[in-house]
Formats: sequence, structure tokens, C-alpha cells
Amino acid sequence: MEKSLDLINTRIRDGNARVVAADEMPAIVDELGEEGALEEVDVVTTGTFGAMCSSGAFFNFGHADPPIRMERVWLNDVEAYAGLAAVDAYLGATQEADSPNRVYGGAHVLEDLIAGNTVELRATSHGTDCYPRRSITTDLLLEDMNQAVMLNPRNSYQCYDAAANSTDRTLYTYMGSLLPRCGNVSYSGAGTLSPLANDPGFRVIGGGVPIFLAGGEGMVVGEGTQNSAGGGFGTLMVTGDMKGMRQDFLRAAVMNGYGVTIYVGVGVPIPVLDTGIVRSTAVRDEDLFTDIIDYGTPRRDRPSLARVSYADLRSGSIELCGEVVRTSSLSSYRRARAVALELKGWIEAGRMELALPTRRIDSTKRVKPMRETAITPRVRDIMNRQVISITEDEEIRVAAKRLLKDETNHLPVLNDDGLLVGIITTFDVSKAVVTDGKLRQVKDIMTRKVVKTTPDEPVDIAARKLKQNNISALPVVDATNRVVGILSAIDLGKLFGGGWRQ
Amino acid sequence: MKLLLTFSRRGQKDSGREPVIARVVKETGVLINVEKANIDSTAGEVLIDIPDSDADLVRKHLAEMGVTVRVMENAVVLDEAECIDCGACISICPQEVFSFDDEWRLQVNAARCVLCGRCILACPHSALSQLG
Repeated sequence: MEKSLDLINTRIRDGNARVVAADEMPAIVDELGEEGALEEVDVVTTGTFGAMCSSGAFFNFGHADPPIRMERVWLNDVEAYAGLAAVDAYLGATQEADSPNRVYGGAHVLEDLIAGNTVELRATSHGTDCYPRRSITTDLLLEDMNQAVMLNPRNSYQCYDAAANSTDRTLYTYMGSLLPRCGNVSYSGAGTLSPLANDPGFRVIGGGVPIFLAGGEGMVVGEGTQNSAGGGFGTLMVTGDMKGMRQDFLRAAVMNGYGVTIYVGVGVPIPVLDTGIVRSTAVRDEDLFTDIIDYGTPRRDRPSLARVSYADLRSGSIELCGEVVRTSSLSSYRRARAVALELKGWIEAGRMELALPTRRIDSTKRVKPMRETAITPRVRDIMNRQVISITEDEEIRVAAKRLLKDETNHLPVLNDDGLLVGIITTFDVSKAVVTDGKLRQVKDIMTRKVVKTTPDEPVDIAARKLKQNNISALPVVDATNRVVGILSAIDLGKLFGGGWRQ
Repeated sequence: MKLLLTFSRRGQKDSGREPVIARVVKETGVLINVEKANIDSTAGEVLIDIPDSDADLVRKHLAEMGVTVRVMENAVVLDEAECIDCGACISICPQEVFSFDDEWRLQVNAARCVLCGRCILACPHSALSQLG
């Protein structure tokens, strides 16, 4: 049996369509079987509510008198992109205001507008014959704009990597605070309720499909940026009129140590046309898998620590590297469910009819990394290969002489096998002199936990290590922990003024 | 019951120069669990946990020694209008203060809180704050 979209829309208009939220579907299919569920259910509503950085809105402010061709535009001190016609601008959610005292960004402006608050528009221009005005400041409400069209280039990820951190310090990421030594796991996504998890083949989700967006009616534009549906990471570009949106489903947020983002509620109604769609909407958390990625690796390609299901993640804890680690979500399952239920209410009330995609989304597409034409400088390109070192059994006095003679501030300390076991600095030696007496050998005063780098590490990452640890040099070691160089803050200077050429 | 003790260490005669907690334990016999201590050269702040029934006795002894005592109830406060029930606070809390109920609504058991402050920084919606 198959069911036509016309039949479903007729039932919606007549007020007798059977609509269920996606998390109810597995039990319905268990009870009635696929054919039975197809007969019983007309629409499955999905929902997600989480951080979606790639969001923003186009505004048209209307013309002032005398008129201005806005070249730079700020809304509550947050700069919007004004490289469009005279009074149009696009405000991105993650753009931050130049205010040292508070973290406030585009997301906050969007939430303020939806909440009915006044927003200050400030714009400048060089003035033209047709647009003579050079600056303007005015207070606007959302209702004062001709258009306020939310257009989010990438929302509603099909699934998202969970995050952990194997390093010794807390990391502050867009996935939240990640405790050291895999102390927690942070994840995002609504699992069984997630829109694209219910239609991974993009059979009925595509351009032109009506959706719930932040409390108002919206539409799928097409594939989202970075769409990688072929790898299970599909995305959607969505749009909607901000004037219908509500704060319950759009919230500004700040990820500590990272910056501003926005929480958006997105829900897609899925017409149950055939048993294939019954099957895909019967997906459970147990069926949806994702990797726990180690954010301790500061590179594009980070290692996976484990592969787990959303059921595992939502249980509150998982086993990782032999230990029980607590998990928690950045997205809200409770609000995701509220999205799906409100959308269900709309359809039951005949407020929204469904449509099939007018533009299909490629479900095999995979994201590409950036093509980089300039070579990223590596530690080996600028490190100092003349390493002055010392062994751990030497007397401190010898170390002091060596530091003086070679005009260096750092001595890597080697063991009998020539491997790095510590580091001492002029500071350590001075301290030993002041504390006077008992400490005699290098191994008594050396720092054993050495912050180090490798020859092929990008210089940016090594420089960040220097800054974070408040130190001025890093021993460079090979895979066997043998010292092959030293990178000091002074070497970083080689990158400037043409000192480094690839 | 959790008590937040504060004392000065500036002057030689200030209470913070004395082993105040050890003394209270010795004099009262009450077992004090120190949950957090932040003591530097000028002042100290210590969070202790004691049985409710011994609270009056311990408070009296501490006050006599010049320690300022504050009872910590609802040490961490949730602003329900800002909270969106994401749960970002759950896994970073060392004390399991936060959890979900059956409806995936965030529950706060503030009595367990040791004022580490991690959740306040980690909450994406600035919905958590510390009392006082």
C-alpha cells in the first residue's frame, strides 16, 4: 500500500489526520507492523533544539529621510554585513559586540528582537548623490522592519560527534567544558526525534518543504552548508519569518571560553507515504551511532575514542577506556520534544499542510576539507637544532655554567639513554641557589612533566602551548622521545619579516 | 548541613592563624568534613559539612574563635526562565548536583553543591548562579 500526499493533506484539512511525534513511532510499528503503521499514521513530526552557530537573519530597515546607503551597520553594537543594497543587512548569530564587559552577540540581538525589545541600529556611509546621508542612529523593534528573514545556512545536523578530552587540562570548546583525562562526554542531537535521522535518504526532506523554525513557520531551502549526508552528517539550510518566532524556541547562548552561539528549534513534518518511510521514522536511539572524538587533539582530524549509540549517551554514563564516564547533552531533549509536539498540534489543527521537495538533497554527498595552497609552517622549519642539554645526574653548578656559557634559559634534561626526562631553566637554578644547600643534582630541581612538541607539529599549535603554559621554550622530540631541537619564543620571530620561506 | 566559614589571616592574632577546624573537632567531638578550602596569606574560605544535629554547637565554637559562619542552603540557584534543560551542567559537576527527571526536566539537588563554580561558567544560558 502507498498513500498519496494529496490524501494526507485532505485529511489535514478535514482535521482527521493521525499525527504522531517521532519518538512514539517505534512502539506503533512494534504493535501494528509496518503495513499497519502506514495505514494508521499520516504524519510523523520531528524536532531538535540545540546550538546552531550557522544561523542569522536578513533585515530590511526601510529608508530614512534623507536616505542613507549603509556601508557599515551595527545592531546593539554587533556588526552586521551590509555589503548589500542600501538598507539591507545580514546579521550572523556568532558575531560579537566590541564590548569588553559582557559577552553579547548577534544571537542576543536576534533573541532581543523576538522578545519585543528595542534594538539600536547604527549605520555609516560615505554619502552619494542619491544617498546623501552619512550616518544614522535609531531604535527599532522587530515590527518596524520591512523584513526580518532568518536564513540559517547550516542547521539540524543529522547526528553529531560526541566530545571528550584526553589531555591534562580542561578544554573550553563549542561542545562545552570538557574535563581532563576523559572526565566527561558532551554530545548534541535529539536522537530518535532528530529530523534527518528520520529520513536519512532525504526522500521527503528537501528544498521547499514546510517546517517549524524557532516557533514560527519556515521552509527548507535545500542542503545545508557542509552537508555530508553520505557520511551520516546531513544538514539543512532553512529559512523563516522572524516575526512569527518565539523566545521559547530561540535562545542566545555563550559557550564559556569559546563565544556566542544560538539555540534554535527546528522541526520537520514527515508524510508517511509508504513502508520505507514507516521504517525510517521507526528509528530508535539504539540505532543511531556516533563517535566520541578526542578534542585534546588540536587538529582537523581528531581520533575517535569510542563508537556509541544515542541510547548509550542518553543513559547518563558510558564506559570509556575502562572507566565509567558521565555524559551530558548540550541540546535539550525536552525542548526537542516540545518542538515535535507543537508541530503535531499545528498539523492536527490544519494550520500546516505538507509538501514534497521541489529540490532534492544529495544523500551521497560528502564534505571536503579546505584546499590549502600555502604550506602551514611546522616546528621543524623554525626550531633551533643546536640543542644544549644536560644529564640528570650532573651537579646544579654544571647546569648553571652551561646556561651562562651558551646564553640560553632552558636545558632539556636527558637520562643515560639520551631520552628526555625533564627540563631546567635559569629560574630553577636561581631558586636552587636561594633555597641554598640540600639540592645538589639536576634531577632534584628539574621539571619532570615537560611540555614538548614534535617536528611536524604546526607552529600555531606549539605557540599556543607556550602561551597556555606561560613558558618560553619547548623541547622538540621525535617518536622515541629523543630531543632533536628546541623551539623558543625567539624562533617564532623567524615567521615574521620573511625569515621563513617554505 | 553545609557551612561556609570565612576568616582573616592578616594579623598575627587573627582566627585564621589558628587551627580552628582541628580545635572545633577536638573540643566538640563532631566529625567535620572539609569539602573545599581556599586559604591564602590574608584570608581563608572553607566549606564544611556537618550533621544537622551538631550545627548549633559547631557554629557557637567557631563564632567564639572569630570565624564568620554562613549556612549554605541552595548554594547554587537555577533561573528557570533561562534554563532550557540541555543538561550541559550534569556531566561537569563533581558532586552530581544535577539530573533529569522522567520528563527530561533539569533537577537541582543544591544540598550536594560544594561551590566549585564549574557549572556557572559552563551553562550556555547563564541560568546558574551562586548565592551570596
